[in-house]
Amino acid sequence: MSSVSRRAVALLLAALLLGVVVSGCGASPMRIQITIHYSHYDPSRLTVPHGVPVTFVIVNSDPIDHEWIVGDAALHQRHRTGTEPVHNARPTEITIPALTTRETTITFDKPGVLQYICHLPKHEDYGMVGWLTVT
Amino acid sequence: MRRLTIVAATAVATLLLTAGPTFACGGLIGPNGAVNLLRTTTLAAYHDGVEHYVTAFQFAGGGGQFGSIVPLPGVPTKVEKGGDWTLQRLIRETDPPVPEAAFFLGARAASSAQVILQVRIDALDITVLKGGGDEVGAWAKDHGFRLPPDAPEVLDFYANRSPIFLAAVFDADAARARGQSIGDGTPVHITIPTANPWVPLRILALGKTGVEKVEADVYLLNDRQPALLPDPNANGLKLQVSEPASASLLKDLRSDKGMGWIPQHAWLSKIRIDGNASDLRFDLAIDASGRGRPSLRDAGLAPFGPMQPPAPWVGWVLLLAAVGVGLPVFGGAYLARLATRRMPPPAGA
Repeated sequence: MSSVSRRAVALLLAALLLGVVVSGCGASPMRIQITIHYSHYDPSRLTVPHGVPVTFVIVNSDPIDHEWIVGDAALHQRHRTGTEPVHNARPTEITIPALTTRETTITFDKPGVLQYICHLPKHEDYGMVGWLTVT
Repeated sequence: MRRLTIVAATAVATLLLTAGPTFACGGLIGPNGAVNLLRTTTLAAYHDGVEHYVTAFQFAGGGGQFGSIVPLPGVPTKVEKGGDWTLQRLIRETDPPVPEAAFFLGARAASSAQVILQVRIDALDITVLKGGGDEVGAWAKDHGFRLPPDAPEVLDFYANRSPIFLAAVFDADAARARGQSIGDGTPVHITIPTANPWVPLRILALGKTGVEKVEADVYLLNDRQPALLPDPNANGLKLQVSEPASASLLKDLRSDKGMGWIPQHAWLSKIRIDGNASDLRFDLAIDASGRGRPSLRDAGLAPFGPMQPPAPWVGWVLLLAAVGVGLPVFGGAYLARLATRRMPPPAGA
């Protein structure tokens, strides 16, 4: 085997070894960015696995406040008549002030289809709705 | 004096008939984000390169504060209390009240952004702002007003053309303290030098969704019959009046406070807006020059975004494209012609 071939094989083995070590750590959660622009979520459809921590980075590019509340139909029904002015106590319920970015990390425990909605007055009617499929 | 009293009484009656507790041509926003905009009336007159807005905020009872944002085509040189009967006189000119009803009702009617100008008119605090959509939105938030969800897009829609906004905060408690009764209006006269007059219409739909109705009456006074864009008889617009303004109307308007600029001759137009909020995605561009070419951009119908001069390389690209396309085509045609000339005539010809 020539010296060039030996070097290539060594590099390949090193890369494989590094990959095994990194995947073995598995500490960094999946990161997904959601941008809010003109009172709409982008993307408005997402798919994430269950049992894995997922960090949502929510960028509000609007000059008005927004919310990102993810959950099932019953949760959203409660929020439609809720009176909490600000959400930040639960990782699934985030208030994003105007022109700011917020992060939240969630591990979904079971598969299902959820929605993320802004429940500020008229925002849901205006289209601030997204769908999250947990596989 | 007697004549003016009659005019004023009729005007109050007409206002009650048209039920307009509003700030015309502005989005009305409550501290809780609620929007309460009924039929509005405004005058947009253009004379000697100056646009005059006359609009009114009518006290409709209740308490607290309400805000209104009005996009402007330029920086106003003056914002002052408007005349006492200008809007009412216009309404009377185009929609004469039914005498019996008028009599009956008449009897009953007894921080972002850069601050350019601030003025207090009765219970109205008016601030003229210069800034982009984000800055004006931040100013509104800093002053305690929650903008509706369509505000970011609508503010950008205007800021990309003219980053000048008039924010009016109406203090209903102050109005009551001043002794204003329900139905009392506060007219505001805004003087704006501009080469391109236009009337903001899309802002009327601020905070409204889908099939919610937008209702407004816009009066125009121009030196000559204006060309309008979009078609004033489509998309929820109806050109109800288009005629030379009567001498009596102009005389009455001229006699109102601050209205001495009204010319001797003018063309009167009245446009009724009665459509779904989702359809009202344009403004009213006016070409008052007589050239008959109202601006797509002023109507908000040009491609969204600020107009930029083309970059220098664009010219070179276009030139190269022209050469790249033109050379083969014309060169090929020329060569083909040469070949035809040199070709011997077909046998038997």
